[in-house]
Amino acid sequence: MDLILTKHVREPQCYTLDFYLKHEGYEGLRKALAMKPNDVIDLVKASGLKGRGGAGFPAGMKWQFVLKDTPKPKYIVCNADESEPGTFKDHLLMERNPHLLIEGCLIACHAIGAKVAYIYIRGEFLHVQRVLEQQLEEAYKQGYVGKNVMGSGWDCDIFIHRGAGAYEAGEETALLESLEGKRAQPRLKPPFPASAGLYGAPTAVNNVETLSNVPSILLRGAEWYAALGPEKNGGPKLYCVSGHVQKPGVYEAPMSITLRELIFDVAGGVRDGRPLKAVIPGGSSVPILLPDQLDIPASFDDVQKAGSMLGSAGIIVMDETTCMVWAAKNLLYFYKHESCGKCTPCREGGDWLYKILTRIDNGEGEMRDIDLLVSVGNNIVGKTLCAFGDAAATPALTTVKHFRAEFEAHVREGRCTVPSDWRASRTPVGAH
Amino acid sequence: MTFHPKLDYREAHRSTRKMPYDDGRVFVYDPENRARFEEIAKRYPPEGRKSAILPALFLVQRQLGYISLSSMQHVASVIGCTAADVEDVVSFYTMFYTQPVGKFVVQVCRTLPCALRGAERVTEELVAALGVEPNGTDPTGTFTLIEVECLGACDRAPLVMVNDGWHECLQPEDARQLASDLVARGEEALTGCHHQRPEHPEPRTPNPEPRT
Repeated sequence: MDLILTKHVREPQCYTLDFYLKHEGYEGLRKALAMKPNDVIDLVKASGLKGRGGAGFPAGMKWQFVLKDTPKPKYIVCNADESEPGTFKDHLLMERNPHLLIEGCLIACHAIGAKVAYIYIRGEFLHVQRVLEQQLEEAYKQGYVGKNVMGSGWDCDIFIHRGAGAYEAGEETALLESLEGKRAQPRLKPPFPASAGLYGAPTAVNNVETLSNVPSILLRGAEWYAALGPEKNGGPKLYCVSGHVQKPGVYEAPMSITLRELIFDVAGGVRDGRPLKAVIPGGSSVPILLPDQLDIPASFDDVQKAGSMLGSAGIIVMDETTCMVWAAKNLLYFYKHESCGKCTPCREGGDWLYKILTRIDNGEGEMRDIDLLVSVGNNIVGKTLCAFGDAAATPALTTVKHFRAEFEAHVREGRCTVPSDWRASRTPVGAH
Repeated sequence: MTFHPKLDYREAHRSTRKMPYDDGRVFVYDPENRARFEEIAKRYPPEGRKSAILPALFLVQRQLGYISLSSMQHVASVIGCTAADVEDVVSFYTMFYTQPVGKFVVQVCRTLPCALRGAERVTEELVAALGVEPNGTDPTGTFTLIEVECLGACDRAPLVMVNDGWHECLQPEDARQLASDLVARGEEALTGCHHQRPEHPEPRTPNPEPRT
């Protein structure tokens, strides 16, 4: 398949406006501006474009839900707060192909009738933000953004807003709270952002990769786009492969590619030729898949059927030297640290899970601690305002489910039985 | 639900309030930052002026290096909200320093994808090389070492962020070299490993002049 999102990313000047204009840049926007907003929404709906941020919600539907009959302004908010562990695709898109995102934002604004788009970028991406700001300024100068976009008489502004370090700001309502200058804590839904979002006005929140897919749909049509992958999972997808592989990186492929192909062919296989132990297919929040479950297409629907989720397509590969108790502990530290503290099950439960995992990892655990883990985990799932609670419990629940013997060995032996030379010597005495 | 006898539930809750750091000085924006703030505030509608709190605090940090009690009050006055609104925000986000920090803030990513590629050893080497424990600043005020959560560069693991720049694919044995290079050449010493490794899927875009 021809690459669509990342075709030119290796070329040195690919991020400039001149380069973009030479490669059909802003042609999708030109087409969109000649169409009625509702026709643009119908086209995107027909393409079956699913949100690339993690939930996989159809983007066209999201735009359709935005309230039309309201005196309030409407907003497009681009979620560039890429912070799911194992995910780094938006970073590449914004750094190497910023105009694709800018064009996507403009088309989205035209579709829902917004005059302002905010790009909420995570604070740690300052070097990316500078590239984006520079290119946005260039687009303003040449009349692609701002007053009278491409001579159409339509005005649209794009502003970049820098986050300040909060994983929770990746959740759409928490992102809106953060954009309003508050703590990044999720809101009670409904009302959904489509009716009461930013400043109480109708808002659509879309991921960077989602918006970057829109220009090509306008340019080549919904049928072409839908035909690029398996049924209902059309279009190109960016996969982030990290962990114990030879060539970690961002790879574009249609969703008919299998997880095994991604890990062994595209990313060069497990490093040092070691046996594979486990794969987290969609960012740290999703359940583990075992090596014998990898012969499935890496699409939203197929990965879900296999008992996990494609999420943000952050594929974390772990080889046989990985201690699963340690891996779960590492992720639970992340979740307890990043919990926004709004809902008790997640705020307290995450902390408890981490404490219990630490005890087991230190070799001080008891057999009943393993059941306690499962019990605490199950009391978080489904009991919080946003999906963070489920995400926080998942690493503990999924490792116990698949690797219970390893937990029991830790308790029995009082130490870790998995050798791993890449671990630090400061890890607990007796372990490793 | 059973309460486990060996878990200490009586320890102070980790969200126990820390009082804002009062350095005894009055903070006001210098004219340059004040102008920048006014420019930024225009991006938001009048009813959304509080949106400028985050950028306003980044400007404070740019001028002062950290967020003091007086600077929170100053931000509140230029935005037109209460100082409590500002403190609420400062205490939530990890990128706002509530205490003075060293000239180089070295942040090591410790989350799973980096940890799988040896981030723990990188921290260990940095502790030895810089002479500071994680979350500490050395007596000369040169280095602050912090362990942070996923920085979103798992293909370039292990990743270290120094001030606002990234140092990619840092091998544990190179940590000492990085520390001395930082002292000698400042942030120039940071390298993107993708420049040197052709098998990586994409190069880095040269960084334009800072403006925020």
